[in-house]
Amino acid sequence: MSALGKFRYVSTDRRVREDRRFVAGKGRFVADINLPNTKHVALVTCPHAAARILSIDKSAALKMPGVHYVLDGDELAAATLPLMTGLDTPNVPRRPLAHEVARYSGEWVVAVVADSRAQAEDAAEEVVVDYEPLPFVLDAEQALSSNDILVHQAHGSNVLLDKTFTWGEVDKDFAASPRKLKLRVKWGRSSTVPIETFGVTASWDPWRDILDVHASIQMPRFHDQIGMALKIPGTSVRVHHDVDVGGSYGVKRGIKHTVLCGYLSRRLGFPVRLIEDRLENMRGGDAHGPERLFDVEVAFDDNGIVRSMKMRALENVGAYAGRSPFQLGKPVGAIVGPYKIQSVQYRAIAVVTNKTTQDAVRGFGQAPTNVAIERTMDEVANALGLDRLEIRRRNMIRHEDFPYTIPSGTTYDSGDYHLLVDKVLAHTSYEGLKAERDALRAEGMLAGIGIAACLEPSGGNATFEALLNPKVQTSTYMDSCRINIDGLGAITAMMHTTSSGQGHETLVGTAIGEVLQIDPEMIRVTRPDSLNSLPSGTPVGSRMAIMLGGAAFHAATKLKTKLTTIAAHDLGIPLERAVYDQGEVYDRNKPEHRRSWLELVQIAWRSYHRMPPDMEPGLGTSHVMQVPTGGMPPTADGRVQMYPCTSFEFHLILVSIDPVIGRPEIVKYRIGHDCGTVINPKIVRGMTMGGIAHGIGAALYEEFAYNDDGQLIAQTFMDYLLPSSHEVPDVEIIHQETPSPHTVFGQKGSGESGYLGAPAAVANAINDALKPLGISTNSLPIKVSKLGDMIAAAQDKQSKGK
Amino acid sequence: MRIELDINGVVRELDVEARTTLLDCLRDQMQLTGAHAGCEHGVCGACTVLFDGAAVRSCLMFAPQAQGSKITTIEGVTPGPGEMSVIQDAFCETHGMQCGYCTPAMVLVAHALLIDNPSPTREEIVDAISGNICRCTGYAQIIDAIALAAERLRGANRPSEQRA
Amino acid sequence: MKAAPFEYSRPADIDEACAMLAADENARVIAGGQTLVPMMAMRLARPTRLVDINRIVGLSYIRADGDVIAIGATTRQCDLERDALVARDLPLMAKAIPWIGHAATRARGTIGGSLANADPAAEQALIAVTLDAVLNYREGGTTSEIKARDFFVGPMVTSLPSTACLTGVRYPVWRGKIGIGFHEVNARRSDFAFVAAAAQVELGPDGKCKRIAIGVGAATDFPMRLDSAEQQLTGTALDEAAIKDAVTDALADIDALDDLHASAAYRKRVTVSLACRAVADARASALGEKPHAH
Repeated sequence: MSALGKFRYVSTDRRVREDRRFVAGKGRFVADINLPNTKHVALVTCPHAAARILSIDKSAALKMPGVHYVLDGDELAAATLPLMTGLDTPNVPRRPLAHEVARYSGEWVVAVVADSRAQAEDAAEEVVVDYEPLPFVLDAEQALSSNDILVHQAHGSNVLLDKTFTWGEVDKDFAASPRKLKLRVKWGRSSTVPIETFGVTASWDPWRDILDVHASIQMPRFHDQIGMALKIPGTSVRVHHDVDVGGSYGVKRGIKHTVLCGYLSRRLGFPVRLIEDRLENMRGGDAHGPERLFDVEVAFDDNGIVRSMKMRALENVGAYAGRSPFQLGKPVGAIVGPYKIQSVQYRAIAVVTNKTTQDAVRGFGQAPTNVAIERTMDEVANALGLDRLEIRRRNMIRHEDFPYTIPSGTTYDSGDYHLLVDKVLAHTSYEGLKAERDALRAEGMLAGIGIAACLEPSGGNATFEALLNPKVQTSTYMDSCRINIDGLGAITAMMHTTSSGQGHETLVGTAIGEVLQIDPEMIRVTRPDSLNSLPSGTPVGSRMAIMLGGAAFHAATKLKTKLTTIAAHDLGIPLERAVYDQGEVYDRNKPEHRRSWLELVQIAWRSYHRMPPDMEPGLGTSHVMQVPTGGMPPTADGRVQMYPCTSFEFHLILVSIDPVIGRPEIVKYRIGHDCGTVINPKIVRGMTMGGIAHGIGAALYEEFAYNDDGQLIAQTFMDYLLPSSHEVPDVEIIHQETPSPHTVFGQKGSGESGYLGAPAAVANAINDALKPLGISTNSLPIKVSKLGDMIAAAQDKQSKGK
Repeated sequence: MRIELDINGVVRELDVEARTTLLDCLRDQMQLTGAHAGCEHGVCGACTVLFDGAAVRSCLMFAPQAQGSKITTIEGVTPGPGEMSVIQDAFCETHGMQCGYCTPAMVLVAHALLIDNPSPTREEIVDAISGNICRCTGYAQIIDAIALAAERLRGANRPSEQRA
Repeated sequence: MKAAPFEYSRPADIDEACAMLAADENARVIAGGQTLVPMMAMRLARPTRLVDINRIVGLSYIRADGDVIAIGATTRQCDLERDALVARDLPLMAKAIPWIGHAATRARGTIGGSLANADPAAEQALIAVTLDAVLNYREGGTTSEIKARDFFVGPMVTSLPSTACLTGVRYPVWRGKIGIGFHEVNARRSDFAFVAAAAQVELGPDGKCKRIAIGVGAATDFPMRLDSAEQQLTGTALDEAAIKDAVTDALADIDALDDLHASAAYRKRVTVSLACRAVADARASALGEKPHAH
């Protein structure tokens, strides 16, 4: 039994079964899969930030050794439909290859197919494209305010979305509040940048009318979108889910890559493979993350109670958009963070510019929003001379307030924020931390304490789609699991999506094992392809523990009921007297009257005459689950129940900065984390640590920086800096489990944990460190040189007596 | 051109283009797909192999250059089909991975470290893996794995009463 | 990112290597390849022939030769890192080496490769300039030498003739009451430096500075010596104020590099601080005291 005494397998410290194949190098990543006769793609990319494509000369390329085909955007556009968008923007079409106009430096213009990747690259160099450079715009505010330069002429402006929501009596609350504060916060363009780039092999079988797709993907509705773009039925697309994905954290969508390879395979008659190289990935893989400018204004009283908030979020989406603008909508489900802010006005604006296209990034916009909220809370405290921890205590939703409905309509399920904060402080004294900070300051360092209290909405009820695009009527968000016990009693469970390191096979085994009271190791978990799958929303929105765990639980419960019913019937007892115990069923009144697992299997498979009447033979069950608390579209004033569960995290860190060098060092890192019932402690710990590392990267090191010519200057790992083991400090995690009332084990999500709050904590720590100099910074990433220059200027000013 | 490569103790004759990296040669011609391409410009470390016992980036070497040295891949440190080494098992014990893409490289780095330094401090472990990027784990459980492996390897050949 | 095609050769000796370079102006030497191979992968470098000198006998060595430590061009950075002679007689190099890339790149990278590549941020270039190293190279059957100071002429540009190949480097050894200081700033621990400073000091019996060498790297096109500061500080007690004055003067007019990672203003300012710290550390270590915490 677990420490809580409640569970047999859930919450126990079990190994993650997927690990075995990975330590031996026997993962099955897309580049490891080799179909016979596969040909390879390399891309010709646009060097300009914006350009009209005047002509493409393929002749020299076609003569190169090993070359089979050279595909341009015109041909592809004629044969395929544009890729699906999230917003209602028909005049902003998106295609795998630029069509007539290329709109960002690095956009894919021509695809070369050759016997080897090296030969394809050789030939790609020989393609001659004649461009007419066009004016371009890179800055979101410029794109918003002026139509002088349009990224998409036919759209008439650069604005894809501009929607304002007013929840509650914002104007009244502002008028009634004695204090106001305004803050501008910038989240720089970064992304999750997995170590494995996106890759796909598409293979068309004209005899079965099936396009086999092996790809490194993590996204819902993948096979739908491929089918739609290629104008073939979804049942002609077979996506193989048993591919191991080398990290994704949201971005492995690869729709344009797959449509490109799918088209080529259908056209050319052999499997076509594209494994992005790192340059193609960084510049043109369309996997950039948010680049967002927040203007926040809060109304508060002298006690620091924040009553109302106005937030304008301006997102620089890049040259095209798929689902990424919805990253402005997801934060609506936790728009007030963990605080009891009474009214909110939220204006979401998405503009196109001539930068690389974005995709979904871990948290789907929540991490940037949390920086805006948490920086604001710190500044409210500073304005009043109040302690920053105290201000949070005063504003946080209390345990007795749950379930708590926020102004935008989402009800937070459960939580005990104050208790977790207390636990963290019991572990690491706040006074002690302040003393440590002061000691560092006394040594001549700059030092600051960083605090961040944030929520991880989990469960993936993505009704922000309907919120931002009224044409979308979706309120169904599903996941599923099938279980089959074979004729010899062995159990197989099927899950219907890929996994990119979250241990879903282990999750499914554990959930089913818990219900059936059988060692999870006995349960085979498979991932059938899309033609053999029930619906899955896939691992997005921190949903899988809730949804896949839930579906597995329910399918297993159905199975347990079936076994119990078969046994009761065979024992000749009423169902209420039948007790299921670790795979056997016995009569409560007479325990020696029992049926074993194998006996029950035998009956179900072979002895129909002993089955209860009208029951299906065999032992197969399935469950398709709708997201808890979901199913309703938004109200007219934009209120909607989004994610069913909210996990909570509280970061407390100490940062030290050498004032001359300007490089922040994280000296101490504590995080309180509550994701409800923890199904697998090793997995959850890993998620939190990895999320913190991502967050540190976004806060301090990572940026897709552009120069004034619209060139991405951080296009390799020499310039886009990923945290190594040196950059991630030791982290102590202080744990709490406030179960969710909505889920089968009380579990909430943890797929985004750490990432949601770390950037805010780091930003707040640095600002606390800069406070004695009278300066602040609200633009991430906070880089060494910039910080050093700021500090030097401030010290200069101070020494000159202002 | 024809070259001879000593891979995991077996010398093989191969026909390669000079420009084929050791990484691509191992993956494409030898079907040793445990080494992974992450960046192809020598930063991420996912392509790590052991070269005369030292961890190196196989994407930064052309296959012909490797002739005359001993190359060890993840397949070469795996004791047998379905069998894990002490180090590999330690990685499973601490869940020192998630997606698995950087894992073979991390295991090989651990291997090289622990042969050279059987009792590394935590700092030394951090330093040893600092040339390998992981985007999943935040490194904590990887460091735990290597520390655990070191402890187990140290205890391996000593009589039980002598183990700390 | 696959390199453009090329021919590959393994010459038996250095003269054969040079002959290959002379025969084809687009031939290039490959040693460790840690810089050349990524450039070729990105097709920024496209040699028609790679001349692999890694296994030429007699090009990799570390030996004492009178008052000089002589190091062969293909000596690996990791071998220098572990070498007892280097630790004893070239403490400044020993201090700097852990900052060079990562263990995996030090396992292959060579000192000759680093010097010939002449990256403004390269630690070995800074050390060579600071210690007045003399580089040897072979061309057309003849061996010539060039001072480190004259070798680096621009960012990634040296005065090495295109058909020549470095064969070794000779470092004068300082004897007596020696101390060293080395500091480097980067975004992440093992990145290219934004700014680096190296100092070596010999103290006289009176504790005053008998001899001093100060070099800064990564801030300008190639490493530079702070000659005026060295002159100003020789014979002094090396107090903090004097160091600051001398270093500030010496760096007053530098044209600092400006890029994605650090502004020119940052480099110019921090170079001064780092050089001061390096000198202070050198003095402290000569006296057996604790250096500045980094």
